[in-house]
Amino acid sequence: MIYHISVSSVLRKTVCDLYTNLVTRPTGVAVRQAIEAALAELPEPNVTVIDFAHVKMLDFSCADEVVGKLLDFYQNAAAQPQRYFLIRGVHDGHLEAIEAVLERYNLAVIVEEEGGALRLVGTLEDGARRAWQVVNAHGHCGPLDIERALGAPAGSATRVLDHLSARRLVMRRDDGFVSLPQSV
Amino acid sequence: MTTVITVPPSLDDHTLEQLLEQLAPVAIDQKVLVDARHTRWASPYGLTALLTLAQSRGTQAAFTGPETEETASYWQRAGFYRYAEELFEMHGHVPRARTTSAESNVLLEITPVAKSDDVHDVVDRIQSKAQQILVNELNLDPMATMRFAMTLSEVCQNIVEHAQTMGWVAVQTYRYRQRLGRRVVVIAVCDAGIGFRRSLESAPGRKLSDRWDDAAALEEAVIRGVSRFRDPGRGQGLAGVRRYVGRWDGKLSVRSGTARISLVPPWDDDLPLREHLSPLPGSQVQITIPERVPQK
Repeated sequence: MIYHISVSSVLRKTVCDLYTNLVTRPTGVAVRQAIEAALAELPEPNVTVIDFAHVKMLDFSCADEVVGKLLDFYQNAAAQPQRYFLIRGVHDGHLEAIEAVLERYNLAVIVEEEGGALRLVGTLEDGARRAWQVVNAHGHCGPLDIERALGAPAGSATRVLDHLSARRLVMRRDDGFVSLPQSV
Repeated sequence: MTTVITVPPSLDDHTLEQLLEQLAPVAIDQKVLVDARHTRWASPYGLTALLTLAQSRGTQAAFTGPETEETASYWQRAGFYRYAEELFEMHGHVPRARTTSAESNVLLEITPVAKSDDVHDVVDRIQSKAQQILVNELNLDPMATMRFAMTLSEVCQNIVEHAQTMGWVAVQTYRYRQRLGRRVVVIAVCDAGIGFRRSLESAPGRKLSDRWDDAAALEEAVIRGVSRFRDPGRGQGLAGVRRYVGRWDGKLSVRSGTARISLVPPWDDDLPLREHLSPLPGSQVQITIPERVPQK
């Protein structure tokens, strides 16, 4: 099951029911903490959509709290729960702030565009990015599929897929690696 | 004894220095009269800096406003007198607040910023008013309006997070004849707080370089994105402001203490760094975004 968190709803419930802009660091802290509390109730592994629809504006400070710190915890800290994220409902203004914080933290995240297509944004080396595209296109892959698709040397794909899995960009299962929408 | 400080006929970020030079030898507790009788024009930076100056005095400063009705009326509509009457001992004629339609060039009248909620309020207000003027009159991309509000949010937050006191923000558009010959939109954010140098000095365990002064602190914060917080996510606000200003051919100036640092676009001939200026407590930020001229 894919879980869904509306950032706009969280903002209105936790900070002020009149706010439509995600601005200021205290607002970002309050929203992130509310999202973390909601995530703590979910079984793992799980995929959660963080939906920015109806958020008019996202500034850098809030992007740092709501996206940067949240993803940093789950992608970079050791032995964290298996939580995977998709970002939805973002426009170019949101993305500018999100991409800036991803770069700062050396993070990447999957963004679901309006038509449903998935796009990887943030910091990821080219080889891993190409491997992610293959997994995303096929839905389900093993190392041999990646090596074949990319013309990569035998044995090289396992490390890349492990890296993508550790960064919560694909999900590892007993029978291979799956893209996040295919994982449920 | 009261020292008279004469406000220049045109008060902006450059001519404010003339005013501060007059103020520099005057002891903080000595009474001053800020004389704006012959002032004909003031930028939002000039108006917010006057309020900041009033806050920085140990003894309440006196103030006489512009004699020209048109100027006084504009300052009233820009929100200056509303707060000047609280901070200064007012002398002479004070224009009455009018309930007529707001000045269209004033996108955001002078507004106090003390807490996070104030920043939300400022962003809400600018979004509702700025879109039409920035897009239709200054030919800015609609997305640039969004980024304009982001920029405004970040510079206002600097007050809340670092100044340790309240500050002021104002946004206006006007024709910048002197240097550009085009319309500009200007954000001014001023406070009389601790300033960049003391803010960075308050970082736990911070080692100060041999050359440590207001200019060095501004270079650290504005150019290198250093913050007093160790959190890796800090310092992004001003970095985002720099990117926005660069993309739209704008100018960013930050003054703090005795120094002023600027990101200077090709249309301006300001110095990137000015040091050994007359002191003014706190931080004063000005962002200038010029009208876009369609490519031929």
